[in-house]
Amino acid sequence: MNTMRIANRRDFLKKALTGAAVLQAGGGAGLFATAEQGAAPAKSRVVIAHDALLRGTGSTVDSSRMLSLLDRAMQALFDRDRPVEAWRKLVRPGESVGLKVNALGGRGISTNLQLVEAICERLQEAGIKAGDIVVWDRDSDELERVGFHLATGGNRVQCFGTDRVDYEQELVAHGSVGSRLSKILTQRSKLLINLPVLKDHDGAGVTIALKNMYGVIHNPNKYHPNGCDPYVADLNMLPEIRTRMRLTVCDATTAMYEGGPAYKPEHSWKNNALLISQDPVALDYTGWQIIERKRAEMGLKTLEAEGRAPCYIATAADAQHRLGTNDPKRISIVEV
Amino acid sequence: MLCEQDVQDGKSLDLRGERGSLGRRSFLKCALASGAVLGVSELSPPAAAISSEAMQQKQDDAQFTVEAKFYQKLPSLKIKCKLCPRECAVGDRERGYCGVRENRGGTYYTLVHSRVCAAHVDPIEKKPLFHYLPGSLAFSLATAGCNVNCKFCQNWDISQSRPEQIPADYVPPRRVAELAKQYSCPTIAYTYSEPVIFSEFLMDAADAGHEAGIRSIVVSNGYMQEEALRAAYGKMDAVKIDLKAFSESYYRNVVAGQLKPVLESLATLKKMGKWTEIVYLVVPTLNDGDDEFRGLAQWIKANLGADVPLHFTQYHPQYLLKNLPITPVPTLERAKAIADTEGLHYVYIGNVPGHPAQNTYCPQCRKLLVERVGFTASRMLIGKDSSCPSCHHPIPGVWHA
Repeated sequence: MNTMRIANRRDFLKKALTGAAVLQAGGGAGLFATAEQGAAPAKSRVVIAHDALLRGTGSTVDSSRMLSLLDRAMQALFDRDRPVEAWRKLVRPGESVGLKVNALGGRGISTNLQLVEAICERLQEAGIKAGDIVVWDRDSDELERVGFHLATGGNRVQCFGTDRVDYEQELVAHGSVGSRLSKILTQRSKLLINLPVLKDHDGAGVTIALKNMYGVIHNPNKYHPNGCDPYVADLNMLPEIRTRMRLTVCDATTAMYEGGPAYKPEHSWKNNALLISQDPVALDYTGWQIIERKRAEMGLKTLEAEGRAPCYIATAADAQHRLGTNDPKRISIVEV
Repeated sequence: MLCEQDVQDGKSLDLRGERGSLGRRSFLKCALASGAVLGVSELSPPAAAISSEAMQQKQDDAQFTVEAKFYQKLPSLKIKCKLCPRECAVGDRERGYCGVRENRGGTYYTLVHSRVCAAHVDPIEKKPLFHYLPGSLAFSLATAGCNVNCKFCQNWDISQSRPEQIPADYVPPRRVAELAKQYSCPTIAYTYSEPVIFSEFLMDAADAGHEAGIRSIVVSNGYMQEEALRAAYGKMDAVKIDLKAFSESYYRNVVAGQLKPVLESLATLKKMGKWTEIVYLVVPTLNDGDDEFRGLAQWIKANLGADVPLHFTQYHPQYLLKNLPITPVPTLERAKAIADTEGLHYVYIGNVPGHPAQNTYCPQCRKLLVERVGFTASRMLIGKDSSCPSCHHPIPGVWHA
């Protein structure tokens, strides 16, 4: 782990010296992809991929349409003609990949199985062994409740919660945050793909990419005061998270504009979309605006008017954090 | 030095032996070292760790889950916790700040009733309570969780964790009382983590203890709502409050709490007639100013009286606050001198073994009344009439069972 950290730092310094890593939005999240691209994009790209027919005539997401939706999104994000080329921008054979899902909302609003299956399929095509992929959240029971089948060992995609392996004994700290990290993150995920959902949160305003990292630590309950600000930003600054984060794929197939974080069917809508970015701040900002638009459509006040605007997003973008950008002028939204 | 770290709040002991043998070894080492120094006091036999076998086997989570006592139901399956001043508004399937209370479908539950993650037999001086049954033993226990997040916490591994992250044993209230009796402890002490957050268990254990002739004491931050405090700590026979500082900024930045409610709790305890002692952990540069010591002493004298024991204790780097040195002894002596000057009668210095300010002296004739070495009262001269044997000045406290 230390070796990897040093290598990343060297890469960064090298690029900084040559001017290639000028404030690459997404901070360390996109180091690998950026290195191959050769130059950092001027704007952070957030791809919103829609498919009105994602569920066909039923309520369940169609697997093949989900795969197709994911492909369109990834190709648009990385400007590639073939899906596998896009994934090869992110991963290399031999790497272990953690897929951090969000299973707190039960079957109503959690990361879709079909999305996870699609990502696993493409990762394997890109050269990642099935056994090197781990689908995880904090608790195995919650994963099962959503419909994931737990799997440990063997040459298949792994799936279990931190409860199975515990948290590191050592405390890590940044700013206001001091926590123990999931061993799945530290020991099983050389790189991390974040798979949050898009929903309202009664305390934080919204919970999307950045806040999904609360599922990585042993004491998330300590970091909910003050709308989770600056805790969310500080947490995402931890090197163990920041250096691993490569991509966020937000499952916005079902989204919630009010009443979160627990699932409230009366406040959810079938959005049939994915949001993808290497900049978690830009993605969170974009997701927040989607929720605000839905709130306006439903005749609700803005989150700011309710006194719960997600201020942590701006904190994540500030000079002390630089985890990405929340400036709409520096966000390029690509709809496919 | 490890022993000294343990002095602060007491070191938790893994009942199931799964959190590493170091804790157990270090605890026993402390106990043995203490005994060696003291020559094993007549008043206080060496502390003993409770073996895991003495407890029942761990049960499933349902056994620890009991509806909470202090909360208010809100629309949309939300609740508002009324246990501490934080008043967490908790949505369905969410937990409060303490991490040990969960909203399940609009009903709030404690997840730590009878869920004991640490238990020791400690000298009562370790709490510290200096004016309450000196030389006696306290059957001391804790569950996971805390309603603040002190950056210097000695027991953060249990206080800042969720209950399911820590090995624990099912020890229901009657069993607690039985164990206290079995280990010849006249009191049960709720300590180590933060008893506010296991109030329901504490109340039931205190009732079970009283039925068996065992008293109860609590070591707490006092960050609690008045109704809950009256209900829960009303069942206590003595209380020790950790007053972390005498400034709101320190409470906000270092403790993640508030000073005002703690002062209100102290005043309430006074009204309730509870025997109360105060500990003030002196952290270099953060809460060690003369004005702060003076303000603290003046507030105590004005609101609680000059007879409330005040313990200035030594900080050791821990948890998230490791960049400061151990509190110099002269700083503690300066704090004591200021409090003495302000007219407090019983000001102690803690975590400094062998310091003369660990002893109790008569405020009138200055004669030695209780001599302490380490955690042990090695000489106790206060008579049955709770007065100084030399000048007969009444000495406040509970000196004899």
